[in-house]
Amino acid sequence: MYIIIGGGGDVGYYLTRSLLHQGHEVLLLEKGHERYQSLSDELGQSVLKGDACEARIMDEAGAQRADVVIAVTGEDEDNLVICQMAKKRFKVARTIARLNNPKHEALFQKLGIDVTVSPTKAILSLIETELPGPRFVQLMTLKKAGLEILEMSIPSLSPVIGKELNQINLPRRCNLVLILRDNEPIFPTSDTTLQANDDIYALVTREAEEELRTIFGTA
Amino acid sequence: MKVVILGCGRVGATLATQLDQVGHSVSIIDSSSDAFQRLSSKFRGNKIIGNGAQEDVLRRAGIETADAFAAVTNGDNRNILASQIAKEIFHIKKVVCRIYDPLRQRTFDELGLEAICPTTVVADMLFDSLSGIR
Repeated sequence: MYIIIGGGGDVGYYLTRSLLHQGHEVLLLEKGHERYQSLSDELGQSVLKGDACEARIMDEAGAQRADVVIAVTGEDEDNLVICQMAKKRFKVARTIARLNNPKHEALFQKLGIDVTVSPTKAILSLIETELPGPRFVQLMTLKKAGLEILEMSIPSLSPVIGKELNQINLPRRCNLVLILRDNEPIFPTSDTTLQANDDIYALVTREAEEELRTIFGTA
Repeated sequence: MKVVILGCGRVGATLATQLDQVGHSVSIIDSSSDAFQRLSSKFRGNKIIGNGAQEDVLRRAGIETADAFAAVTNGDNRNILASQIAKEIFHIKKVVCRIYDPLRQRTFDELGLEAICPTTVVADMLFDSLSGIR
């Protein structure tokens, strides 16, 4: 595959290296002169000096034949423009943008960016997973399906304690996929009884998330 | 008409003053409070400090009830992002933005964003002016 990467910060650098290692043809674009120099000392022909937001540079980079364009600068506005220009002007099939502000996720999707990656959101949920106490963590978003994978521990005062799953009125678009009790995995069935401090892993639509949390007392 | 303007540089401040003078309700956003010194002392509109590419800042400027939005910061990409937030998230009917780079302006024009490119506008004017000289 031919992959163009916009933005030669740490993310762009390590991404370029790992994609090259996987055997892809990669071109990294970096506009800053000094940063370009040090990148090109190491990556040679795989770096081009220029601003990936500029059509002229993307043309020079051969964006017409790129299979993927990945924008990983530190600015969301730049990443948006790189991806939109790639899609509209160069008909690139797949565009991937790094999001620094997780709130921009919905907008980027609406504007046709194929994939968004939000390190801020990922780091937050990783840290939340490690924090003690009653928990509610969005582990992962399945964007195309509009689903979330949630982890929550059942608080000691939750209304579901001691109930079997078939006695609980779960939201329609929701599936409890796993219960972790004292680090033992339990694949839940309708007669599984819930206990305090069980870790619940659920697959749920975004709309039903709030309802699920209310039922489990983690809202 | 209620107008939100992003960017209080020379263009933003002049535009805000003009709209305010003819009786429109104006909110102007800039990341630096110093920028508001460019406004006329008679300016009656709202001044909001913040990053206008963020939804909550735009909300503070009253974008939810605005009739029009203009993005005139000195960053093309910032204008493009903010304008698309105004259009797609807040469904503002009239959105216009400034894009210095002619190629970028053309692309986003094709994507349905009303964009003015001062580079070509001014170059054309200068060209016309110089073409009159023998």
